[in-house]
Amino acid sequence: MKGEAVASSVNRPWLDPGQTPFIKIQGVTKSFGPFVAVDNVDLDIYQGELFALLGGSGCGKTTLLRMMAGFETPTSGRIVIDGIDMTDVPPYERPVNMMFQSYALFPHMTVEKNVAYGLKRDGLPKGEIDERVDAMLSMVELSSLSKRKPHQLSGGQRQRVALARSLVKKPKVLLLDEPLGALDKRLREQTQYELMDLQDRLGITFVVVTHDQEEAMTLSTRIAVMDAGSFMQIGTPTEIYEYPESRLVADFIGSTNMFEGIVHQQDEEHVIVKVAELDADIMIEHSAAAADGSKVWVAVRPEKIILSPSEPLNTDINVLRGVVDDIGYFGNSSTYRIRLENDLIVQVTHPNQSRPRDARHVAEWEDVVYLSWEPSSGVVLNK
Amino acid sequence: MQGKRSTFLLAMLSFGMAFLYIPMVLLVIYSFNKSKIVPIWGGFSTRWYKVLFESEDVWAAVSLSLKIAVVNATFATLLGALAGLALVRFGRFRGRTLFSGMITAPLVMPEVITGLSLLLFFIGLKGLIGWPERGFTTITIAHITFSMAYVAVIIQSRLAGMAQDLEEAAQDLGAKPFRVLTDITLPLLAPGMLAGWLLSFTLSLDDLVIASFTTGPGSTTLPILIYSRIRLGLRPDINALATIIILVVTIGVLIFGWLMLRQAKQRERDMHMAAKS
Repeated sequence: MKGEAVASSVNRPWLDPGQTPFIKIQGVTKSFGPFVAVDNVDLDIYQGELFALLGGSGCGKTTLLRMMAGFETPTSGRIVIDGIDMTDVPPYERPVNMMFQSYALFPHMTVEKNVAYGLKRDGLPKGEIDERVDAMLSMVELSSLSKRKPHQLSGGQRQRVALARSLVKKPKVLLLDEPLGALDKRLREQTQYELMDLQDRLGITFVVVTHDQEEAMTLSTRIAVMDAGSFMQIGTPTEIYEYPESRLVADFIGSTNMFEGIVHQQDEEHVIVKVAELDADIMIEHSAAAADGSKVWVAVRPEKIILSPSEPLNTDINVLRGVVDDIGYFGNSSTYRIRLENDLIVQVTHPNQSRPRDARHVAEWEDVVYLSWEPSSGVVLNK
Repeated sequence: MQGKRSTFLLAMLSFGMAFLYIPMVLLVIYSFNKSKIVPIWGGFSTRWYKVLFESEDVWAAVSLSLKIAVVNATFATLLGALAGLALVRFGRFRGRTLFSGMITAPLVMPEVITGLSLLLFFIGLKGLIGWPERGFTTITIAHITFSMAYVAVIIQSRLAGMAQDLEEAAQDLGAKPFRVLTDITLPLLAPGMLAGWLLSFTLSLDDLVIASFTTGPGSTTLPILIYSRIRLGLRPDINALATIIILVVTIGVLIFGWLMLRQAKQRERDMHMAAKS
């Protein structure tokens, strides 16, 4: 995982009970008429974190962010930032700045004036304003464009102006609403690493709202997966990806093969799940509490399944047989859709480690293949 | 087929243009007519322009009309902008739909009704508090009431198209609500307000019906003057006046068009610059 390097390189304050959270969201609910956008959520974010709120549209992530910025008032609950209750503090008095999805650059002001705007409102002396604006513009490499108006800039440049404008006041918390959404793929990857680097250098707590799971995984220290106004799971990118707690999270992050079955047998370490549709048993390591005979789901990621043209010799557990139905070639890897004898489709991702001769894949269409995976490669989910 | 259709289109275009412009061209030509009887051509002359420039009542009417138009446009823009702001930015307050319907009512109300009702109102008010004297004040107030509705509609659409993000961003950066209004909202609304001002100005200059209802003795606006003179028969000096008005309007439109074109070109250059860097 790309995100793992990040997660292990920073400390993990959320595991330390002695740490006080920097942002404390306590029982916050926001409803618009009968519609509940955010439903009684609790969340602790620690200083220096790069925290991502991840979810589909309408899941409440943006509303939660807007409540932290002060644009919405919670229907109930409290928001505490750095020990001060911010619930009823208007946006212009919060030590928080936001980078808008649309960037919201003032079209009638130059780049320089846009960045200086926040400092001017604080009534700083002109010399200091100029100094800080210059420093900020050179940090985002826009010094040469300082006299331009926003419409004279490219998308990437606008994004950097927006970032500079929201950072120049040295906020305690920076809120980012889909910060990379409007950029093309190349620029996005580059900016992603720049953001992480910046956050690391400045030590400002970042809260990012995104619907893009890849963005959330690479950027953040922790992710909160949201759905229908509640958190489905909060954890590091690795935890969310490798140890999802529910089918919803497993499905939302990456792709996954989901098998429904009944707990057949279990010991200290393993569960054997009888999967009716496979007409086979799956052995999997324990991950969720489930009584014998209860209904569970087994989720196995496509890249954790081993694809082989012949029957695996050393094992007979977790082995399936099928034919190649479709191949998706991505360059670095290929995704195979394998049709089992009962017409069930299983997805397998296979890295393209060697350059194929005659442009052949590891398996070709209609080839008979065997799929297998380790008991530790999947998770059992009970919800 | 293609050729046939374009001939047809061309014919329609010429017909339409002729319909629009021949009357005006005729009017311009006849303004240079030497003869006193309008439809009979008596040779080229500029004598009616001389007559026009010498007639004091025409100049009084022009100056009254301009004064009313300027005061009207200014007040209508202010009040209309406030109404537009209230409707778009203050969320769903109680009675919003009613307010929004009421503000646009003058747009669809027949002018005769508006004029009559205002006249009754002014008479009643005069009876009660001795104010206003019918004339400049009453015409201006009457014009403001309907011009304001147009401005409110313009401002409303301009505001609706203007991302609220900008105002929120300013607040986020520490601007209090009044600061947001002066720093962000008003500057961005300026083109809309200018358009509203110009429209109100034109509407007021143009208005005959409402002005006739609300005017008093001695207060003759330009449209009232023209209309009352024409009633006594076509007059060549009025043709001269109309020609001057056409000239002024044409120059105004040309300048505006040139400015727009220049702006569009500048925008294009800017976009090009952004793409290149």
